[in-house]
Amino acid sequence: MKFNRIYGLFLRHFFLITRSFPRVLDLIYWPSIQITLWGFISNFFASYSTYYNNAVGVILTCAILYDFLFRTSIGFNMLFLEEIWSRNFTNLFISPIKISEIIISLIITALVRALIGLIPAILLTSPLFGISLLDLGIHLLFLFLNLYIFGITLGILVSSGLLRFGPSFENIAWSTMFLLAPFGCIYYPIEILPEFFQKIAYSLPLVYIFEEARNILINQSVDYENIINAFYLNLIYLITAISLFYYSFEKARKKGTLINIGE
Amino acid sequence: MQNSVEVINLSKSYDKKNAVKDINFQIKENEIIGLLGPNGCGKTTTIGMLLGLLKPSSGQININGMKIEKDRIKILQNINFISPYIELPKKLTVKQNLVVYGKLYSVKNLKNRIEYLVNKLRLEDLLNKVTGELSSGQKNRISLAKALINDPNVLFLDEPTASLDPEVGDFVRTFLENYKREKKISILLASHNMSEVTRLCASVLMMKDGVIIDKGKPEELIAKHGRKNLEEVFLKLTRNKNEI
Repeated sequence: MKFNRIYGLFLRHFFLITRSFPRVLDLIYWPSIQITLWGFISNFFASYSTYYNNAVGVILTCAILYDFLFRTSIGFNMLFLEEIWSRNFTNLFISPIKISEIIISLIITALVRALIGLIPAILLTSPLFGISLLDLGIHLLFLFLNLYIFGITLGILVSSGLLRFGPSFENIAWSTMFLLAPFGCIYYPIEILPEFFQKIAYSLPLVYIFEEARNILINQSVDYENIINAFYLNLIYLITAISLFYYSFEKARKKGTLINIGE
Repeated sequence: MQNSVEVINLSKSYDKKNAVKDINFQIKENEIIGLLGPNGCGKTTTIGMLLGLLKPSSGQININGMKIEKDRIKILQNINFISPYIELPKKLTVKQNLVVYGKLYSVKNLKNRIEYLVNKLRLEDLLNKVTGELSSGQKNRISLAKALINDPNVLFLDEPTASLDPEVGDFVRTFLENYKREKKISILLASHNMSEVTRLCASVLMMKDGVIIDKGKPEELIAKHGRKNLEEVFLKLTRNKNEI
């Protein structure tokens, strides 16, 4: 593995972001709007709901966590789609960059993109709504780490589809997070879901992450089992996603998608 | 002279349909070979396999003494490709694109290499311009610079002068001739421009329906088929099956 190649692909996207003010604005705009909206909804629920009245920032915190997940996942897909849209795909795959280096580079770039969007939004929550994510303490790091891993896992899964099926898979890239959101129990406890849906939800790391976020904020206690369960599930999904990406690459070489996708 | 590229019994089929069938050829060091054939004859599929973008159904490709299926990344370090159908990121400046690809190819002394290419390809005024805003002739020169950023010893060119005006087309051809002479690189040139192929190529491969139907020096093919030029040979070979 060569740092130069990882850095080269990172630079390609970094230049793209820094060259365009509208792109930076786009990265900041949506998370800020999303969090402002959920901030007001959160205030409303905190005033009128007995469930939330002990923890004003529960919904808003979960909204920020979900947005981080969403931005990481979409960010990874966008980086991949960018190569297709700019017809640079072939140039990338005839350079001596390894699949592992592509994945690592996109993982780092997706994080940078997500943070560019999220940091201003997080800073907004304190003066506007009097809420700080730091209330989650050191455990915030574990929650973010788990969400980050799941976000890039989804990104890798969708990119595998793009590799294998080409740009026709693009619509799936946009809809994955919306499909999983109901099972993630982002804004409500898992008991709300029908029993069958609960089984699906428990097979995803999201439910453990958001249940734990609520647990910390509402009960002021930490259940490490939730964090560990999320981590184990993330590990399984990440390994599966990376394996699928390698498989899709070989399949694309066999089917000729790598040639057609770039033209 | 040593072979830089060896293609041995190479075939590629999709769903039982043969795109390339059992082709064999070599490219020696310091040699330009032309790959001619009508659209859909298997040229792009062949180049795709040579670049490692396509997995052959059978056969073998050796480049610089290494097998593409075994040492793809090592081979890619020393080869490159130009096609008018692929582009560099449009929103980046020319310099940024060259830096990105320099890093991807782990080019040592990248600054010097970029300066060398800028000088050779007359890119001084274009370096800080946005790639997407350049004319097709300028973009072609930038693609050439990208293709040479890693100082390749094997270059694959797919219609490198397509859609260029005669002046830029001639500049590219002259550049390739001089560059090959200077660096002694091997080039596979797929083109529909017969005068270009006659001018640049030591030898020509004629493809039709995934098969190499004839090969030889341009002048030998012209004499063999009793035609005035390579274009007439091309038309004869690709139109009339009985004359193969």
